[in-house]
Amino acid sequence: MRYLPLTSEDRSGMLAKIGVDQIDALFADIPSNKLLKHLPKLPLHKGELEVERLMGRMSARSVAASSVPFFVGAGAYKHHIPATVDHLIQRSEFLTSYTPYQPEIAQGTLQYLFEFQTQVAALTGMDVANASMYDGSTGCGEAVLMAHRITKRNKAILSGGLHPHYADVVQTLSDMAQAECVTLPPDVVASEDILSQIDNTVSCVVVQTPDFFGNLRDLRAIADKCHANGALLIAVFTEVMSLGLITPPGEMGADIVVGEGQSIGNALNFGGPYVGLFATKSQYVRQMPGRLCGETVDADGTRGFVLTLSTREQHIRRDKATSNICTNSGLCTLAFTIHMSLLGQAGLKRVAEINHANAVKLVDQLSAIKGVSVLNQSFFNEFAVRLPGDAAHIVEQLASRHVMAGVPVSRLLPHAGLDDVVLVANTEVNSDEDRQAFVDALKEVLSC
Amino acid sequence: MLNRQGRPTTPGVAAQSEHPTFTGNKALSQIEPLIFETGRLETTGVDYEAPRPFTSRLGGLERQSEIGLPGLSEPEAMRHYVRLSQKNYGIDTGLFPLGSCTMKHNPRLNEKIARMPGFSDVHPLQPVSTIQGALEVMHTLSHWLMELTGMDAVALSPKAGAHGELCGMMAIKAAIAAKGESATRNVVLVPDSAHGTNPATAALIHFIVKPVPVREDGTVDPAVVASLAGPDTAAIMLTNPNTCGLFEKDVVAIADAIHAAGGYFYADGANFNAIVGKARPGDLGVDAMHINLHKTFSTPHGGGGPGAGPVVLSELLAPFAPVPFVRHTEVGFELVESEADAANHGAHAFGRMTAFHGQMGMYVRALSYMLSHGADGLRQASEDAVLNANYVRACLADLMSLPFGNRPCMHEVLFDDAWLKDTGVTTLDFAKAMIDEGYHPMTVYFPLVVHGAMLIEPTESESRASLDLFIATLRDLAMSVKRGETERFTGAPYHAPVRRMDETRAARNPILKYTPPQAALEAAE
Repeated sequence: MRYLPLTSEDRSGMLAKIGVDQIDALFADIPSNKLLKHLPKLPLHKGELEVERLMGRMSARSVAASSVPFFVGAGAYKHHIPATVDHLIQRSEFLTSYTPYQPEIAQGTLQYLFEFQTQVAALTGMDVANASMYDGSTGCGEAVLMAHRITKRNKAILSGGLHPHYADVVQTLSDMAQAECVTLPPDVVASEDILSQIDNTVSCVVVQTPDFFGNLRDLRAIADKCHANGALLIAVFTEVMSLGLITPPGEMGADIVVGEGQSIGNALNFGGPYVGLFATKSQYVRQMPGRLCGETVDADGTRGFVLTLSTREQHIRRDKATSNICTNSGLCTLAFTIHMSLLGQAGLKRVAEINHANAVKLVDQLSAIKGVSVLNQSFFNEFAVRLPGDAAHIVEQLASRHVMAGVPVSRLLPHAGLDDVVLVANTEVNSDEDRQAFVDALKEVLSC
Repeated sequence: MLNRQGRPTTPGVAAQSEHPTFTGNKALSQIEPLIFETGRLETTGVDYEAPRPFTSRLGGLERQSEIGLPGLSEPEAMRHYVRLSQKNYGIDTGLFPLGSCTMKHNPRLNEKIARMPGFSDVHPLQPVSTIQGALEVMHTLSHWLMELTGMDAVALSPKAGAHGELCGMMAIKAAIAAKGESATRNVVLVPDSAHGTNPATAALIHFIVKPVPVREDGTVDPAVVASLAGPDTAAIMLTNPNTCGLFEKDVVAIADAIHAAGGYFYADGANFNAIVGKARPGDLGVDAMHINLHKTFSTPHGGGGPGAGPVVLSELLAPFAPVPFVRHTEVGFELVESEADAANHGAHAFGRMTAFHGQMGMYVRALSYMLSHGADGLRQASEDAVLNANYVRACLADLMSLPFGNRPCMHEVLFDDAWLKDTGVTTLDFAKAMIDEGYHPMTVYFPLVVHGAMLIEPTESESRASLDLFIATLRDLAMSVKRGETERFTGAPYHAPVRRMDETRAARNPILKYTPPQAALEAAE
């Protein structure tokens, strides 16, 4: 077996040194009637060539985003990632290192985490950011629990524009943690009345912008009402690239900002691994979940970085910890940091403009099709389209014509009466030809 | 000595270890500033043409402020991150004996396969007809995990070990609720030797944590469990092999005691790598167990993630598994994504752990690893991991102290600091001296049940020669302690990219992001 260096000679020599005559003597604590007598009923070992061939066949049974005009979003986005990013994250010293518990030989990891935290704080307009969560949805759940700790209340109000999976994650966590969670009905055109829900029993209000349907939301009035009632505003985003162009939640009064960072540096990966971004105000830092990297000096006074404020964390506080999170999204944060360092604010603004410009073009093209209407007043790179028919069916038909048109809302909200609505995302990877192919295929499907 | 070109081949003066340089760099060890100190606000390393003028539809929410993040050109970015990488220790650098963390070799085949377009370049919400290969990976991985654990179902979506624990404990909570016992059955037993994530997880979903003392031999006494268990017991969370590196020999009696009280047996599967192919948790009475794909099945740790924490479930808990899950039907693979849809298949899904379907990138790597090893290779890997740990134990037992006696361990061996008593050297000092010798330290001060713990997990990836050098090094260090050479330890590390870090200062005055000097000055005023 190519991954196992011991030879049978090594093994017998080592057993002799240990003072036992066979390997099972070392497994003597396993009850003998529970020790497996036979190998598991699974195939035997394979060479690299065979494994690559087998897995390659499975890979070929899915349609890759790059192979077709591709407009699928709804919380995960197809963007261009510079070749540099994937090369660098595969450096052995990054890829095969552990959580930086020994800072003297992990300054590489620690310094990029410090850079990451700085980038996330700047993008969101917040004071501090942690060193990542698993993804946006789990970060959202943690943000709600954090708000409960700060306000000592336990009722969350979720906007109807929050990604349904995020709402489900918060709902599940709330049910299990015996907290209250009120989810407003799906809100396609951002017309819901959140303000009337806020009173002095509410711990936090969770609002997404751009929301699930693509609408941009002004959070200022909600923030004011929250603060007047001693509640916190949690702002959520699933498309971090939007922050290159729109007012960051921190400037609209958000107390905690959480979101999905996949769009910067990370491939679609069929939904994971991704990277959760989590930022807040300075005064709440000790209630944050997850790891934090901080600046310090070494014994010679040289600047360096360490994990810090770990008295919040599970390995110190056990059942009193702010969260149970341990492993987070290390390498995905590195991908984010490198891509963001390459972009800089100038590059991010530019690519965000292209996303928006492309979406504007497609909105105009689709709106011109008879029976098709775009529902958004505002949007960044994704919007909701009402079709003259069942959206899931039309999306399937478009897929068979090699166009991935978007996400039918009914896939995530099966009983919302939105069966004719599809979410369409448009990023810098979509060309004019892609948009034309979409429009032509849609016209064809609708005329059938 | 001169060579034939007349160039000297020996140093001209006696080598001096400390010699200040103009730059402060030491050859390959380079001082690297933060990107915010070298980048420029107008620079970008990514070229895009500006879009043609258009009317934006941002609803008046255009960003007014500067973001304030500089950019780097591609060569600058490349050099910056390569230099940072050179300040890191990885498995590929050397032996990484971090107990409980399982730092085994990460095959690069798995990286190559994870980047195949059918895995890396597919969207979780594409039409199901276009993601059959991805669902096949999930289905096949589930099959392997169930077969290796002897369990009835698997929930793949948890994002890491602690998230898997949460998922398993949520399934238990849901099962208790289904029996109408939520109000009364709310205590979770957690041994003192457990990972911190166990009590943190239980507390997160409002279970009351009741500690279980560990007996003198480092394992849990089923009689103690039986005495603590009762009608209020929801579950026990037991790590097996445990964090002392020992197999809980009374695991079946512990399971029986919990089941007799009407509770469930949650196993922390962090150490499953010791027994893959040797024993199956399903045969030991386990009701739920998470598996760290990034430990047992070698997906890279990546400096702290991403991981993946699928949870295997017993027949009793299987119906409560969260969405989504994959079904294999005559027409292909389908994805059950909502609780309502799950109910159509007779399940009572307790909810959802995460957006989308979990850590596909890790599923692919873990499955490639399993296919490469096969049933025979996986068992051999467990045996080699246990053999290597015992070899280290046997070769160090005369110099370092074993808190539970010199008896066989599983995949990791636990020493305490009794042998360091009155030497002036602490466990931490010893660990830092290992850095100077070119090794990553073992896990220190965990588990909490022994004083000054040093938990060594060599893994199956080490050759005998590598182990022999490691053992010789630790013996040399131990002899050095005994000779009273404390400076070698208390000042260590001397040769790392930085000297020992001041963690107290970092916590007392947290600096959690870069602030430009001028702004920092103004803030101070």
